Amino acid sequence: MRHIISIRDLGKEEIGRILDEAAAIQSRSYDPSALKGKLLGLLFFEPSTRTRMSFAAAMARLGGNFLSMDSVEASSMAKGETLADTIRVVSGYVDAIVLRHPKEGAARLASEFATVPVINAGDGAGQHPSQTLLDLFTIRQSMPLEGIHVGLLGDLRYGRTAHSLTHALSLYNVTIHTITPKGLELPAGLATELRDAGTEVIEHGDIASCIRDLDVLYVTRIQRERFPDAASYFKVASSYRVTPELLTGTKNHFIVLHPLPRLDEIDPRVDELPCARYFEQSANGIAVRMAMLLRVMT
Amino acid sequence: MTREKDARAGLLISPIENGTVIDHITAGEALNVLRIIGITGTTHESISVATNVESKKIGTKDIVKIKNRELRKEEVDRIALIAPKASINIIRNYKVWDKKGVEIPDRVVGIVRCPNPGCISNTNEPIQSCFLVQKKGLRCLYCDWLITKDITSHIM
Repeated sequence: MRHIISIRDLGKEEIGRILDEAAAIQSRSYDPSALKGKLLGLLFFEPSTRTRMSFAAAMARLGGNFLSMDSVEASSMAKGETLADTIRVVSGYVDAIVLRHPKEGAARLASEFATVPVINAGDGAGQHPSQTLLDLFTIRQSMPLEGIHVGLLGDLRYGRTAHSLTHALSLYNVTIHTITPKGLELPAGLATELRDAGTEVIEHGDIASCIRDLDVLYVTRIQRERFPDAASYFKVASSYRVTPELLTGTKNHFIVLHPLPRLDEIDPRVDELPCARYFEQSANGIAVRMAMLLRVMT
Repeated sequence: MTREKDARAGLLISPIENGTVIDHITAGEALNVLRIIGITGTTHESISVATNVESKKIGTKDIVKIKNRELRKEEVDRIALIAPKASINIIRNYKVWDKKGVEIPDRVVGIVRCPNPGCISNTNEPIQSCFLVQKKGLRCLYCDWLITKDITSHIM
């Protein structure tokens, strides 16, 4: 039985296979009844719009159906049931489970108790492999992954999408540039691990100093709740805002990505620029998640 | 005179008839070794502990003797986490029946608590903590947290 829990579990080859499959799907080369008669369980213990809807859409496009747990309050978790028991029970209803949970490692635990494949759709500040795969897929649409310079801007301490992405990028000899507010830097352990794996990680005080060296700028949301008051949040947030003026003189193939939802970190005027790829990135989630479902359910 | 000499050269702790002697424990780690193999104040084993004993091999060392209990291989290997030079002597009828070193296991289950408060292993789920033993340290199987130093303080 195949699970997709962490980007660490997928080697470069397996990532390549999923991205190739997603590319084929996007060019309409797939069987729309590949998962006919199969049922996917969507267990989301945290709010989600894109991930939840795109897994549902991916399943429907492959001819399958899905069951969705509406809310934690309406489930047996509210009565104190363990996740392990919930997973054992739901395993009896569906052919695969997509899980989002606030605790790190929840998907790994689920894979130990499930009798059907489990896909991690985000576990706390931990891993979010489907987001990482669609990030890589979107970059690969514009340029080869090997040897590029990727800037990570925003909250790199708590942002799981950034953690997952850095692991994946380290497989491709990528140079990582980090631009973060004080206190929201990449966790020290993670930065050391990346460097030990041979990945160059360069920290910058401001985005202007490195923007012209970058091939990709990956922007993440600066979480308001991490700041003691609104004033200190706005002060930091405004200094990390991506504007059309900031992007003048960037490389020809340069692109801007964001896992969304965005708040103030990208000026809406950037949406009109050809380098703005975050909405395509989001749409790519369907093909990538279809490829993931095919990988574990067939 | 003979008695005086005997007293000066006397044994720090008496030999045991049957059981296990854990020798060459890193000085100061004897009590942690007992914790790691599940011997606490509430268990019934008869134990002798010597700490900071001179050792030709490692300078100073601790020694633990456990009466009437032969440690199993998986128990012995846990000790390697905090005392990699320890040697284990299984004693039968006052003689060393078997002697072996400790080997660092691939996984450490149910011994070390994950320091990450957000880790699922720190909840009421029916699982034991599990760490993969890697070159850099211990990596939590669930949340990927890496413990690189002071493993002792994370022992349950």
